[in-house]
Amino acid sequence: MAQPPSSRNARTAIRLLVIAGVMFGFGFALVPLYDVFCDITGLNGRVELAQAAPAASMDDSREVTVEFVANRNQSLPWRFEPVQDRVTVHPGATRTVVFVAENLQDVAITGRAVPSVTPGEASRHLHKVECFCFTEQELAPRERKEMPVTFYLDPDLPASVDTVTLAYTFFDANG
Amino acid sequence: MSVDISVQEHHHEGPDPNFFRRWLTTTNHKDLGSLYLMFSLLMFFIGGTMALVIRAELFQPGLQLVRPEFFNQMTTMHALIMVFGAVMPAFVGLSNWLLPIQLGAPDMALPRLNNWGFWILPFAFSLLLMTLFLPGGAPASGWTMYAPLVMQTGAAFPFMIFAIHLMGISSIMGAINVAATILNLRAPGMTLMKMPLFAWAWLITSFLLVAVMPVLAGAVTMLLTDRYFGTSFFNAAGGGDPVLYQHIFWFFGHPEVYIMILPAFGIVSHIIPTFARKRLFGYASMVYALGAIAFLSFIVWAHHMFTVGMPLAGELFFMFATMLIAVPTGVKVFNWLATMWRGSLSFETPMLFALAFVFLFTIGGFSGLMLAVTPADFQYHDSYFVVAHFHYVLVPGAVFSIMAAVYFWLPKWTGHMYDERLGKLHFWLSTIFVNLTFFPMHFAGLAGMPRRIPDYALQFTTWNEMASIGAFGFGLSQLLFLYIIVKCVRGGEKATAQVWDGADGLEWTLPSPAPYHTFTTPPVVR
Repeated sequence: MAQPPSSRNARTAIRLLVIAGVMFGFGFALVPLYDVFCDITGLNGRVELAQAAPAASMDDSREVTVEFVANRNQSLPWRFEPVQDRVTVHPGATRTVVFVAENLQDVAITGRAVPSVTPGEASRHLHKVECFCFTEQELAPRERKEMPVTFYLDPDLPASVDTVTLAYTFFDANG
Repeated sequence: MSVDISVQEHHHEGPDPNFFRRWLTTTNHKDLGSLYLMFSLLMFFIGGTMALVIRAELFQPGLQLVRPEFFNQMTTMHALIMVFGAVMPAFVGLSNWLLPIQLGAPDMALPRLNNWGFWILPFAFSLLLMTLFLPGGAPASGWTMYAPLVMQTGAAFPFMIFAIHLMGISSIMGAINVAATILNLRAPGMTLMKMPLFAWAWLITSFLLVAVMPVLAGAVTMLLTDRYFGTSFFNAAGGGDPVLYQHIFWFFGHPEVYIMILPAFGIVSHIIPTFARKRLFGYASMVYALGAIAFLSFIVWAHHMFTVGMPLAGELFFMFATMLIAVPTGVKVFNWLATMWRGSLSFETPMLFALAFVFLFTIGGFSGLMLAVTPADFQYHDSYFVVAHFHYVLVPGAVFSIMAAVYFWLPKWTGHMYDERLGKLHFWLSTIFVNLTFFPMHFAGLAGMPRRIPDYALQFTTWNEMASIGAFGFGLSQLLFLYIIVKCVRGGEKATAQVWDGADGLEWTLPSPAPYHTFTTPPVVR
């Protein structure tokens, strides 16, 4: 035994405390890691936001149904729904659809829409050129507002996918 | 193991005669081990009483005794108290009492940290228990504290978070102490691969604790800042993700369930060879199996959340990784069986509990394998089948191993033999009632009864009546356990140093009861 046990014990304790500290940080590091992982793999229905112009090629031979779902969090006193429940598109073609939101209260309210795409493997292939979900939306008292979404599906969409569901949930942006 | 005890001399300085100064300021591992164990027993009765409230309400369909909100508080508090207050402190208490006398060390490596680690616990659980009297009541969102549901907790919310922080700090301090003791204070000649298996199990457990308790602390800190400081880690409206909470929680949660079972494996690996009067069949394979189980615990967490909408590749990975755990666990079970094979078995109370552990823990393991099958899990998820599964691994698993350990080492601690007749009675009552409580839950769950709900459909009535009768029987049987311990502490047949004729290890070279100071000069292990 080269050193007295007390200094060895202190060294072991400090090393283990460092591990504990690193793991505390790792718990927080899981937050960005999770986002990166979801972005790379397209898991969890995350949609890439701002995108360039549509791809040149359009696949006329294939039709894909895109369904729209509109939800609102119960704390948000709005009416929110798509004008059309579903459209049929050719991959590569750009399409614009409209959602309608109406503020049912006598005060101005700001909302934020969180998108989700199902199935998960389609989420990387649905590109939005314009979307009300890019920014917060403020509705004046009793205001009714039409909100467009312009999107296209890229032709790399897996052949097994014939229906894509695009869902939005509106939350009160002030929590 | 051959031991040279001729060089031992025992200090004659006893404990502090002042009662309060002794127990509040003690740094003696035996005192602290006793404190941990008594605290754990107290929490076991408090958490058990809450379980009986749950079972009383579920005795019949409809709402009879408690409001649904209070029912949810009972399920949440029962789990938090049993996990963090009963099972974990019991194992820390056993490590305190046993590791120094098994390794030939004079005390734990960090005795003052040891005192601090214990005395945090009464404060942590006072914080948690006082929430029962706050407006809005105790936390009611389940011990998993899933966001966003947990955000509906009333005034209890910060109390729960800080209680968890304190429990985590206590566990980490205990774990650091155990690891430092095992790594630095073994008797000369005791290499790692000559250590008692309880020490191996606890060394690996301590690394699990140091690695995952801070992750839980991080998760609950994020809940705290989401609620009070405007962050949006788990708040979808702010760009966060509630599913992320489940990932972080179960990254802690799965290693946590092994924290509650690895020390049990160590205990059983001492008791079975003793009463089979044979060496453990395969020591090295037991050590490697412990390590493999600990490693796998870090890569299987998402099997708790198969239904959140993971991609196929994720479901498959977590399914196969989970099934892989059955391999090292099987190595352990077959090791215990092979140890008993052609042994000169005798069936004293510790052996009975150890045998019940092997048999009933394996039932819990098998239902775990069923739950690991992703497509089947979609039916079992959040049903009473899950409740049956984890109670089989935790009650006749972890808790039975603790009871086995208490009966096994109680003569060494107190110097008296416990009442063998009452011990056997306690064993049979516990074993019959524990099965009556939890076995019917498998059937109720497979038939579709959801967990955490105070009412149920009429067709589940019979299974629930059986479970409730079993639960009251099991709970009342534990009063007998308390009586046996008190009786043994106060007197009884004098125990010899060896206590059990098949016992092997340094602790059995000490007189019974073990003196206040032991191995002040380390023994030599050849």
